[in-house]
Amino acid sequence: MNSASHSEDAVRSALAALAPRLRPAARTISGLMRLSGGATQEIWRFDLDTTEGSQPLIMRRAPGGDRRSEAGVGLNVEAQLIAAARASGVSVPEVLHVLAPEDGLGHGFIMEFVAGETLGGRIVKAASLAGARQTLAYSCGQILARIHSIDPGRFPSLAHQTPADLIEQWHAAYRRGSVRRPVFDLAFHELSATRPPPPVKARLVHGDFRNGNLMIGPEGVRAVLDWELAHIGDPMEDLGWLCVNSWRFGRIEKPVGGFGEYADLYAGYEAAGGAPVNREMATWWEMFGTLRWGVMCAGSLAAFRSVDATVERAMIARRTSETEIDLLRLMAN
Amino acid sequence: MQDQPSPREILCAIAAFLRNTVILNSDPHTAFQARVAANAVDLVLRQLELSTTGEAAELMRLQALLGHTGTLAELNTALAEALASGAKGISTPGVSEHLRATTLEKLQVDQPNYSGYRAALERPLKDT
Repeated sequence: MNSASHSEDAVRSALAALAPRLRPAARTISGLMRLSGGATQEIWRFDLDTTEGSQPLIMRRAPGGDRRSEAGVGLNVEAQLIAAARASGVSVPEVLHVLAPEDGLGHGFIMEFVAGETLGGRIVKAASLAGARQTLAYSCGQILARIHSIDPGRFPSLAHQTPADLIEQWHAAYRRGSVRRPVFDLAFHELSATRPPPPVKARLVHGDFRNGNLMIGPEGVRAVLDWELAHIGDPMEDLGWLCVNSWRFGRIEKPVGGFGEYADLYAGYEAAGGAPVNREMATWWEMFGTLRWGVMCAGSLAAFRSVDATVERAMIARRTSETEIDLLRLMAN
Repeated sequence: MQDQPSPREILCAIAAFLRNTVILNSDPHTAFQARVAANAVDLVLRQLELSTTGEAAELMRLQALLGHTGTLAELNTALAEALASGAKGISTPGVSEHLRATTLEKLQVDQPNYSGYRAALERPLKDT
């Protein structure tokens, strides 16, 4: 398509002009490749060429450079979150540059490329990652404790969400859909009746910490990705979301991401300074996470019929029932 | 009478074309989309076979639970409202059995290999 190739050429020349400011020894870039173009972000990969060799980098930017997405924290805040996480000892890619207007690339940032496995199905199965799986749940606990230790006061633009706010927000999202689902109504009723009070100490919550958003190597977690759903709230939300069955990729018997045990996740969390885990509340957050994913899947029906008439979107809508069986299992316990 | 092959046979041929030809001759992104499309064709095939009997059973259960008649959409809305208000709950006789049966009927079409579905089939509802 003409406009796309034009846009790729424009990106290439803008990045080449930016190269010396990313690394003084850099003269140009090569190997530009668009990795994905979602509705919320574009991801590009390229090599920064210096006299000593080349360094692979990633650019994340708004679609077309400047379209803002309604959901998410915004790319500038995402870059700040990644930098804060790095300073707290969390493995994340180094952010080299936040795009400025004079760069001519729109909103976004450039970070180092980290190699590894992100596909959940491979992370739970690959023989080469068997060693990593032994310690992954404990490591995830440690990483979450470090994320939750970041001062939320540094991020004044992030939304504060109590458990009651979250229930209200996701219930409204559910009711915007055209289909009534008795399992969802039952789950919302149960979750409302047993919801935790607002957290005594609100924390920075990653918001999408799960198998699929972690870059894994044989030695363990190489990078925590996708910070765009970060907010301020109850830190247990992150622990529950990681255990939602949809992120276990078939390994239902391994509750943490399809690779580990609850006890290891909680032990890692507490050992790294996280607050003692209340098991009952962790289960509440797992059920909430399951319902949240269910409402997201159900919302794909409206998206399919309006802005995104793809087979992939249709099939996500048909994943809603997976969350219903998981909710029934959680409510039967 | 319509000629042959049947819709089922044609859909099977489409799924095989996607898997055996398109996926092997495409860039990674298109191959992924083709795999999703082949899975979607399989879903449609399962629904063509299963949905009518399942929905008839769902309607009977809803009428028994609610004590009145209506369309599937009307009865589902009525049950949803009763569960939202707490007028009915998980321990109301028949509710958990109905929700489980309805959800299993959907998963048999949507994702018969889903781990939560397989686990539910292996673990029948406890007697209450």
